[in-house]
Amino acid sequence: MRFNHKKPLMALVMLIAALALAVGISACGGGSSSSSSESTEAESAPAEETETGEETSEEEPAEEGEEPELVKGEAITKNPENAKVSLTIGSKNFPEQEILGEIYAQALAAAGYKAKSDLSLGSETVALKTLKSGQISGYPEYASTALTSFFGLEPEEVPSDATEAWEKANAEFEKEGLEAFEPTPFASANAVGLLKSTAEKYDLKTVSDLEGVSEKLSLYGSPECRQRIDCLAGLEKLYGLKFKEFKPVDISLRYTVLEKGQADLSILFTTDPQLAAEKEKFVILEDDKHVFPAGNIIFVTQKKVAEEAGPDYEKTILNVQKGLTLPVMQELDARVELEKETPKAAAAAYLEAAGYVE
Amino acid sequence: MSLALLPNPLLAGFTGAFEFIFSKQESSVTGGNKVGGIEQVLELAWTQVELSLLALLLAMLIAIPAGLYFGHRGKGELVAVGIGNAGRAIPELAAIVLVATVIGVGFPVLVLVLALLGIPPILTNTFVGVTQVDRASVDASRGVGMTEPQIIRKVELPLAVPSIMTGIRGATVNIVATATIAPLAGVLTLGDFILGENVYGVNGVLAGAICTAILALIFEFALAGLQRRLTSKGLRLQQAQ
Repeated sequence: MRFNHKKPLMALVMLIAALALAVGISACGGGSSSSSSESTEAESAPAEETETGEETSEEEPAEEGEEPELVKGEAITKNPENAKVSLTIGSKNFPEQEILGEIYAQALAAAGYKAKSDLSLGSETVALKTLKSGQISGYPEYASTALTSFFGLEPEEVPSDATEAWEKANAEFEKEGLEAFEPTPFASANAVGLLKSTAEKYDLKTVSDLEGVSEKLSLYGSPECRQRIDCLAGLEKLYGLKFKEFKPVDISLRYTVLEKGQADLSILFTTDPQLAAEKEKFVILEDDKHVFPAGNIIFVTQKKVAEEAGPDYEKTILNVQKGLTLPVMQELDARVELEKETPKAAAAAYLEAAGYVE
Repeated sequence: MSLALLPNPLLAGFTGAFEFIFSKQESSVTGGNKVGGIEQVLELAWTQVELSLLALLLAMLIAIPAGLYFGHRGKGELVAVGIGNAGRAIPELAAIVLVATVIGVGFPVLVLVLALLGIPPILTNTFVGVTQVDRASVDASRGVGMTEPQIIRKVELPLAVPSIMTGIRGATVNIVATATIAPLAGVLTLGDFILGENVYGVNGVLAGAICTAILALIFEFALAGLQRRLTSKGLRLQQAQ
């Protein structure tokens, strides 16, 4: 090897430099949020419909025009006596939870409490532990998750009626010195999602329709989905399905993998704004054997905290969640996931628009 | 278990994790399926080893020639050190999600991203190692008629081995530890235990961390041994003095 081969070496070095630079730049851009893909979805969606070019599509927030109807709420009144009570509201670590945590925290602050939020606590196990240890006063949990994950129910045993599910969960929580308030109007569940074109190709409408074709399809979901009975383990056990492969991915990539054509099927959430905004692109399969129980949000708190905080605590929480219907929750999720608003700002906008605060 | 007999109260917290490693445990969310156990641990650990080794190999293939080249010319310090330092600042999680969005997820993507993590320490240390070679030795080899590539291969590379190996060892620890985020991009490594607390519980998280640490130590010892063998006798004697 003579050393006049300087050019290929130089080219190699340039390549590394370019690669490092590219990653460096993009890392700065995508540092805080892991769902940069979804913003492109948001931008491209209106572009397809309007055909007026990029400028309008970027400016036009698709949801603004068709804003879901808000149930006008009862304005929260400030009670100066509450000022001596400090409350910390927690949440799990994904946008919908953070929005809910903020809504409750801001509403309680409006009612006069010394309320702050401590969001993104991690998984449900961590959130529950934090609550039991008294580091947070309460946090929003899906009734279905509480029943299956904390209290060992099989997914098909979760009552489909929201009140019934809440009563069941509350009875269990009470044994542990906790208390769950009444459920929100909206419910959220996991769902098997796919591109509409794939659904049409194989004529899929329900999860049962996957029988016979699932061997040809790949399924993507969060790493823990693989073993959860209300996820892949349930699809295998209760539907008897076998998939070509299951690949674990970060949940922020759940739409990206479908768009990229990597995943044939992906585990989505029924409250995902993409499902409302891009009906022509993404569809979900009906869960005809109830592997994915729907869960309304119940606010879980320590009984002791609820007693000390007085009647305004429960009253404020129940009041402020009245407006949280499915379209409203999708709209709030869209603001955070697609339009990159902070959960705090989205929560504040909700409280104001629904008339809870001035 | 003999570990439980140890007096250190800290170890008491670890017994659950060791039980998780050696025998399957109940989990509240799996509908009765047990999780953990030595089989799953070994399977995940093996994937992590494969992934780390390939990433390390790729990083070495890129960084060592580049470092030798820059070091030999004695120029490009800015580039070599600049890339090195910039590279260290890349948050891996962001890099993986970004690359996953652009290219997709899977084994090759992770090898690439983890290799990017390994390049900076190897590149910087190779560069520094070569520039620190005694100029008199280089001049002497030129004097006896060695060509430039021969000088790199027979003089500078052997003399820079200790420094290069330091870079490789640093890169290895980084890569093995960071390979725990692979389950977020399609590949199941020991990170699955760490990321899946709902499924595996605290003991699973701890077990994942312990196994990863053990893995990193094994790599470290193996490379330290390799370094001893690769370092020329003369250099070893010099260091011993």
